[in-house]
Amino acid sequence: MSIISGKIWKYGDDVNTDVIFPGKYTYTVTDPKEMARIAMEDLDPNFAAQVRPGDVIVAGKNFGCGSSREQAAFCLKYAGVGAVVARSFSRLYFRNCINAGLPVITLPHSPDLFKAGDVIEIHLAEGYLSCSAGRFEFPPLPDAVIGIFNDGGLIPHTRKVLGLER
Amino acid sequence: MGQTFAEKILGSKAGKRVAPGEIVEVCPDIAMSHDNTAAIAKTFKEIGVERIHDPDRHVIILDHCVPAANEKFAQNHKDIRAFVQEQGISNFFDIERGICHQVLPEEGFALPGTLIVGSDSHTTTYGAFGSLATGIGRSEMAVIFATGKIWLRVPETMKVVVNGVLPKGLTSKDVMLKLIGDYSVDGGLYKSVWFTGPVIDEMSVASRMVLTNMAVEFGAKNGYMEPDDKTLAFLQNRSRRPFRVVRSDADAGIDQVIEMNVNSLEPQVACPHTVDNVKPVSAVAGTKIDQVFFGSCTNGRLEDFEIVAGVLRGRKVHPSIRMIIIPASQQAFVQALEKGYIQTLAAAGAVIVNSGCGPCMGNHEGVPAPGERVLSTSNRNFKGRFGCKDAEVYLCSPLTAAVSALTGVITDFRKAGAF
Repeated sequence: MSIISGKIWKYGDDVNTDVIFPGKYTYTVTDPKEMARIAMEDLDPNFAAQVRPGDVIVAGKNFGCGSSREQAAFCLKYAGVGAVVARSFSRLYFRNCINAGLPVITLPHSPDLFKAGDVIEIHLAEGYLSCSAGRFEFPPLPDAVIGIFNDGGLIPHTRKVLGLER
Repeated sequence: MGQTFAEKILGSKAGKRVAPGEIVEVCPDIAMSHDNTAAIAKTFKEIGVERIHDPDRHVIILDHCVPAANEKFAQNHKDIRAFVQEQGISNFFDIERGICHQVLPEEGFALPGTLIVGSDSHTTTYGAFGSLATGIGRSEMAVIFATGKIWLRVPETMKVVVNGVLPKGLTSKDVMLKLIGDYSVDGGLYKSVWFTGPVIDEMSVASRMVLTNMAVEFGAKNGYMEPDDKTLAFLQNRSRRPFRVVRSDADAGIDQVIEMNVNSLEPQVACPHTVDNVKPVSAVAGTKIDQVFFGSCTNGRLEDFEIVAGVLRGRKVHPSIRMIIIPASQQAFVQALEKGYIQTLAAAGAVIVNSGCGPCMGNHEGVPAPGERVLSTSNRNFKGRFGCKDAEVYLCSPLTAAVSALTGVITDFRKAGAF
């Protein structure tokens, strides 16, 4: 899991939770496969059908702004997305990704440097990613939350802390 | 150096002095969830804990699709009622009560100096009462069910000072849209935003709730005002527990200060599809609309009804407009009835729906068709937000919405004579 590899899906600034996972589905679509099928429905109708395991979303600032709905993080995970790289994240989305065990990487560079469809490799443990645009380093997650992420998300982490591991 | 409001509250919960950027594990005073409680309950059970850590800490309010629009929503509500009963959660408000962000303060749970989390982004609303209130995810709420605890990062503080005197008819909604338009939807990213200044002091508690409600549209972790006599008057005979007002020290570390002057503020409209795509009403006046939505946790309170009923009294909604009205709570509904506002609005041809979130997240009660435009007093205009990705949503104040409902186009109320 330490190397993520796939192709780049590129998006702009302020991609909100409603276009990642529309509000009208929040109480009706709960099956992971179905959630994957509607991921990014209102932003990129081709995404769900064409995304492959390990693919990476590269976006601008404030990715995941809007609602607290964590389905917007889980649906990308269920769709196979390996990581989301953005200039910045909304705080709720950032939390939800950590809690879902979906890697989030804050990279100050403009997404314009990256090419949609390009192959990207992310070395999480080493803290760098590389693609045709070059090699970029990123800081690790804060110590206080890396445990949650390493345990696969908040629920498995909590089970472990409480000694309720299955 | 002194401490900020956020540092004091999180520090007191963490049992130590804290600094911005630090991550602390804390026990919130109140944890709110709504129709998403069924999903949270399912995750809670997956953790493997049988009983909720502290049922009295939780407040559950059904509002997102009430009454249930179909079998799935009905089952969702049924599951929540069963969970509430099983776990002995006494702070449960069923479908008749209203939108969570209005009901929680009305019921006296939003108290100064407290830490409130909610599995809904507009949980920031409660900051209008001097609490530190922020949204969290469903899994996080499930863990609070199990352990009572959550991790939070101590935010930097941004001070927004609102100076001047609001021109006639301008409201806190116009102020907030202007702020977001000028500084963008991530202008307050990760920050604790302190709203202060003479304009805030003048505002009613209900008007202040508009600013804190939309603090999340500004990217903030939380928005708040320091409590004053108006806040304390609101809380009198309402607060459920003793509380202690918390204020920033005079020499606390403020990360950024924004000074606004509203003396010449124009009515503001957020255009599709982002909340910071804000224009003065003069730039969009004449835009044809199909539906006006007056309601939501942002602007569906009694003072908003007074404004809208004042405009619609003795007049008719434009024949090409469907006007949907949803009070923020049943209390607001009853008060509006008692004041005669509901009769006025019904006579004008508006459709009045029971209190709840309605079309605001596209579930029911006024979803637009492709190609239609909605003018709304709510807080989000994202593509698809009202349930149709090919519709457009514009956001404005209740006064702009009411006047535009009469003309059929987005209208500058200052140029609409009799209004």
